[in-house]
Amino acid sequence: MDPHLWLKRKGRISPYEVAFWPIVLVLPFWLFPTYLSLSSQIAITALFCISLDLILGYAGIISLGHAAFFGIGAYAAGLLSAHGWGEPLSGLAFAAVVAAFAGWIVSFMIVRVQHLALLMITLGLGFLLVELANSLGSFTGGADGLQGIDTWKLLGVWKFSFWGKTAYAYSLAVLFILFLVCRRIVRSPFGLTLEAIRENPDRTTALGAPNRAHLQKIFTLSAGIAGIAGALLAQTTETVSLESLGFQRSAEIAIMLILGGTGRLYGAILGAIIFMVARDQLAGMNPQYWYFWIGLLLMIVVLFMPRGILGGLERLAAFGRRR
Amino acid sequence: MIAPVNALETGHLNKAFGKLVVADDISLALPQGARHALIGPNGAGKTTLINLMTGVLPPDSGQVRLDGKEITGLESDVRVKRGLVRTFQINTLFPKLTPLESVLMAVLEREGISGQWIAPLAARRDAIDEAFGLLTQLGLGDDATRPTHDLAYGQQRLLEIALALATKPKVLLLDEPAAGVPKSESAALFEAIAALPTDISVLFIEHDMNLVFTFASRITVLVQGRILTEGSPDEIAHDPQVREVYLGGADHG
Ligand SMILES: Nc1ncnc2c1ncn2[C@@H]1O[C@H](COP(=O)(O)OP(=O)(O)OP(=O)(O)O)[C@@H](O)[C@H]1O
Ligand SMILES: [Mg+2]
Repeated sequence: MDPHLWLKRKGRISPYEVAFWPIVLVLPFWLFPTYLSLSSQIAITALFCISLDLILGYAGIISLGHAAFFGIGAYAAGLLSAHGWGEPLSGLAFAAVVAAFAGWIVSFMIVRVQHLALLMITLGLGFLLVELANSLGSFTGGADGLQGIDTWKLLGVWKFSFWGKTAYAYSLAVLFILFLVCRRIVRSPFGLTLEAIRENPDRTTALGAPNRAHLQKIFTLSAGIAGIAGALLAQTTETVSLESLGFQRSAEIAIMLILGGTGRLYGAILGAIIFMVARDQLAGMNPQYWYFWIGLLLMIVVLFMPRGILGGLERLAAFGRRR
Repeated sequence: MIAPVNALETGHLNKAFGKLVVADDISLALPQGARHALIGPNGAGKTTLINLMTGVLPPDSGQVRLDGKEITGLESDVRVKRGLVRTFQINTLFPKLTPLESVLMAVLEREGISGQWIAPLAARRDAIDEAFGLLTQLGLGDDATRPTHDLAYGQQRLLEIALALATKPKVLLLDEPAAGVPKSESAALFEAIAALPTDISVLFIEHDMNLVFTFASRITVLVQGRILTEGSPDEIAHDPQVREVYLGGADHG
């Protein structure tokens, strides 16, 4: 066994991956032109879900408050635009920096606790921010949401129209680029170190790894990406509501990730697609029962596919190959 | 003449868990290149002493010195970077990673590139060669790319040692490296330890007296958190106190 070959094979782009992007993400552009607003919401949610996968799937940091950074990014981009600067790309960059900075501050707390305390701190953080945004109503628009956002033409050319073509292409492009960045990260020495810390932090310490510094770094990065996702939502919908920060969004994103499968990036995208499409369809039929079905799906997946839907599919494919 | 600096040294270390005293005024010196055994009955405080030396536990009082420099207040990972490295009595590995990835991670951390995320893992050819070489040397080459949780127990014990060696330690603390390994294999494992370069100073905990007398040049006996005695294998084998407390009068001379 050549170790170089083995590692290269593990990191290389598979045919499934090449097929995934055009089929799953670009196809809706043509198939459901009236569904584009849903499609761009899915792309944005998938990006947010990937940011959670970086900390939860790879580094083993559980969070029930990751929407805090999504919301911070949304408000940062929204406020920037509402105050007269609506250029989308610089808005994304601004949101990324603000959210990453917030993530960095919070990371000092996060890396010092584990398990239940970690859940409570991330949960508390989410609550705290919602209340803060609510009480700063004159600034954030409070419960009515932030108004007055005006997103300028993308690259000075493409207008964000009612039909959402620009919004979808924009969201998808940002998702794709940041996905490639994350793919790099998880296949790098840093990514391996994070997985080792997730697997056994005592041992990485005993091998000289400064666990906390590594974890702070990924948490900051993850918060920045969550912030970009939030900014995308603010720019494409031209509004920001308190829900963007809230517990429900944090919980839903965790559900999507667990449905799709943690620690594989594609699980995050798949989870977001399944969750959002199912909600759209089921809630259309009977809004009250939507949570019944998602609850059932979650239980089935956790019981029978502990590595998520994508993990289950991988097992199926491996089984098929062996036959 | 100036006395040579000890590789590792503890000065009057004390530690108690509530009323249970587990380290009672422990002063122990490990000269450069030592092959030093730490023995004592179950619960004597051997593992605790390693925890105190490596900074996993803070002592109630006393100091730890590495290469003559005080390290008592340093974090564990910083001590590792300075060359003080341990293995664990109970396998402390990365179950889902392969041995190759595990050892590679240790090499990358030592080289200071563990936080680097621009270039892919596969581009670190030297580190990969080193990790694989180390695994081959310990007989794990054929299983280097299987998940660690699939390895046989004895192989996992070897991986424990491979991980520690990947950090290029100056002082190596081995906590019962052969624990749970069949007798037929434990000698081979100790041969590998004995073959380590002499610039690595080794302290090992071991219950099997034959292994201890074969591989240690000095022995410290720990009983109820206190050093009962220290000496050459010959002295320890004939020490009546040791026989009574630890060897139960069995003839090991
Ligand atoms: N974190 C802890 N808190 C409380 N008591 C502890 C702790 N760690 C160890 N002890 C106790 O301290 C004593 C010494 O334990 P230690 O593990 O150091 O013994 P040992 O000499 O390594 O024994 P063995 O040969 O069984 O490995 C034991 O009685 C153990 O129960
Ligand atoms: Mg022990």
